Amino acid sequence: MSRTADVLAARKAQGSGALIGYLPVGYPDLSTSIEAAVALVENGFDAVELGIPYSDPGMDGPTIQRATEISLAGGFRLADTFDAIEAINARVDAPILVMSYWNPVLQYGVDRFADRLASAGGAGLITPDLVPDEAAEWIAASERTGLDRVFLAAPSSTDARLQQVVTASVGFVYTVSTMGITGVRGDVDQAARTLVARLRDTGESFNCVGLGISTADQVREVLSYADGAIVGSALVNALTDGGVPALAELARELARGAAVER
Amino acid sequence: MNLRAAPGPYFGEYGGRFVPESLIAALDELSDAYELAKTDPTFQEELNELHRSFTGRPSLITEVPRFAKHAGGARIFLKREDLNHTGSHKINNVLGQALLTKRIGKTRVIAETGAGQHGVATATAAALFDLDCVVYMGEVDTERQALNVARMRLLGAEVIAVKTGSRTLKDAINEAMRDWVTNVETTNYIFGTVAGPHPFPAMVRDFQAVIGNEARSQILEATGRLPDAVAACVGGGSNAIGIFDAFLDDESVALYGYEAAGEGVDTPKHAATMTRGRPGVLHGARSYLLQNEDGQTIESHSISAGLDYPGVGPEHSWLKDLKRATYLPITDAQAMDALRLLSRTEGIIPAIESAHALAGVIDLGRELGPDGLILVNLSGRGDKDMDSVGAYFDILDAGADASGPTPADSAGEAR
Repeated sequence: MSRTADVLAARKAQGSGALIGYLPVGYPDLSTSIEAAVALVENGFDAVELGIPYSDPGMDGPTIQRATEISLAGGFRLADTFDAIEAINARVDAPILVMSYWNPVLQYGVDRFADRLASAGGAGLITPDLVPDEAAEWIAASERTGLDRVFLAAPSSTDARLQQVVTASVGFVYTVSTMGITGVRGDVDQAARTLVARLRDTGESFNCVGLGISTADQVREVLSYADGAIVGSALVNALTDGGVPALAELARELARGAAVER
Repeated sequence: MNLRAAPGPYFGEYGGRFVPESLIAALDELSDAYELAKTDPTFQEELNELHRSFTGRPSLITEVPRFAKHAGGARIFLKREDLNHTGSHKINNVLGQALLTKRIGKTRVIAETGAGQHGVATATAAALFDLDCVVYMGEVDTERQALNVARMRLLGAEVIAVKTGSRTLKDAINEAMRDWVTNVETTNYIFGTVAGPHPFPAMVRDFQAVIGNEARSQILEATGRLPDAVAACVGGGSNAIGIFDAFLDDESVALYGYEAAGEGVDTPKHAATMTRGRPGVLHGARSYLLQNEDGQTIESHSISAGLDYPGVGPEHSWLKDLKRATYLPITDAQAMDALRLLSRTEGIIPAIESAHALAGVIDLGRELGPDGLILVNLSGRGDKDMDSVGAYFDILDAGADASGPTPADSAGEAR
């Protein structure tokens, strides 16, 4: 079934949860972004979320906006994503999901994208601006190719919509911790805990909490109630400030936030 | 087929709601409130009264015979949205959405703006209705529309210069969307055009349809018949859909939308979404879009901030595919010539945006000839553009004269 779900289940069985790291492809350049993803897994992360840089990232705060602008200015092309996945897969063993706004996928061709992602060894796709209501074509393509299909759940979602998101998602549900965009926050909302509880009432699915998580304490807190924690902007900041070594160090520190030894 | 009042969320294959899940609840709330308001006589009366006593509606239609001599002698009427309070058609939509904001109990409004006209209209409505107001405007636009920035601030709004991406309208929309996701509990997004996720394309069209409703009766009264063509400039497309809507089911009336060709559609510097774009998703809706092979939005260019947008409203994409409306590109130079021509022949200084429609009509009038009857939406006035216009014609220095040929000289020139 879903390789991501298997990893989540294994961490859950250990009494902990999974740590997922977001990095934009091509930032600061393609080869460094590959090194960075490898470093995440080598330093305790369970899965990688590779972001496809996009000209109009409506869900992203300044850190990720700036990083993806630099990647695009450096000549990032969509197909680089698949090369990166293959390069990372050749060196470490962890599910690699792609995060993309919808238009790049649409323009590549939804079926073609699914085929290429699957053949590169990608685990699935997170769609921040595609809700299940608009996703018929992607649902069909991901069913056909066996890719994870990760939709978002938000604190403002009604119970009926949570049901729809849980039913439509494969792998896990991306649980938006707060009403807002990506970025480092001092504290992760109580809203996340409430939303995870509502998701658990809705049905059997894994939930990973993202937005605003940047410290080991926050990871520990989130994993006390959720199946996974997603870290993004903090990793990008570390990569910006100190390159792959600094990223590896932050990854090790965050991994200590998970309850079990890794 | 009856085309009027298509309810959304889809117009053929265009439209929809391509937004983060976090915004769905707010969009649903807005859709529900709007559906109720649409059929509520109290809401409609309140809005009509604001149109009458605040905006100054109905706006006039004005025949422009001296201008028309340069357009093949066709009869040309302008719908004078430039005479509205705040100087453009934008107020029609803003008053409707501000009333809705009150109804759903929110106390803060945000808006994006390109030329600043929608921002000024929103700041005006916020002052009138006692709402907190933040306007996002690309940094490039705050520079070329500095006067409108000052107007918004004077009205009590906070203007945030957006420094990301191309620093124009599309980036202002991104930033407004980010604000909305974060503050949706207290905040309503007053969207300025017929683009964006449902319900905006249908709702903004309905609020702007007053333009065409008035103009259709006015031109029937003035001439005893329907026009052969109705024309408007198209950026996002709200003034165009506003004047088209009443005529959509009049088969004899041709509809023309003129988009900004900047330095030319064969150069990289244009905003000709319909001429050079292809369908894709931007800002929450599927529509025509300027984009590269990878689906990255291409930055648009136009001398007119209000048309400097790489997307277009989904209903326009539908009308284009149906061939119900024709969309043609107008360069910066053509628009500026038409702006000066209308100023000199009729004593009306149009906005640079609206001048794109006037330039289009010069060609159209020549095709239709003296029996032709054309209605043009003069969507805004040129006061806000005097800095750019002054620089373009080099008439800012004391004693300088407008360069270029006089209207009489250019009348016989082939275009």
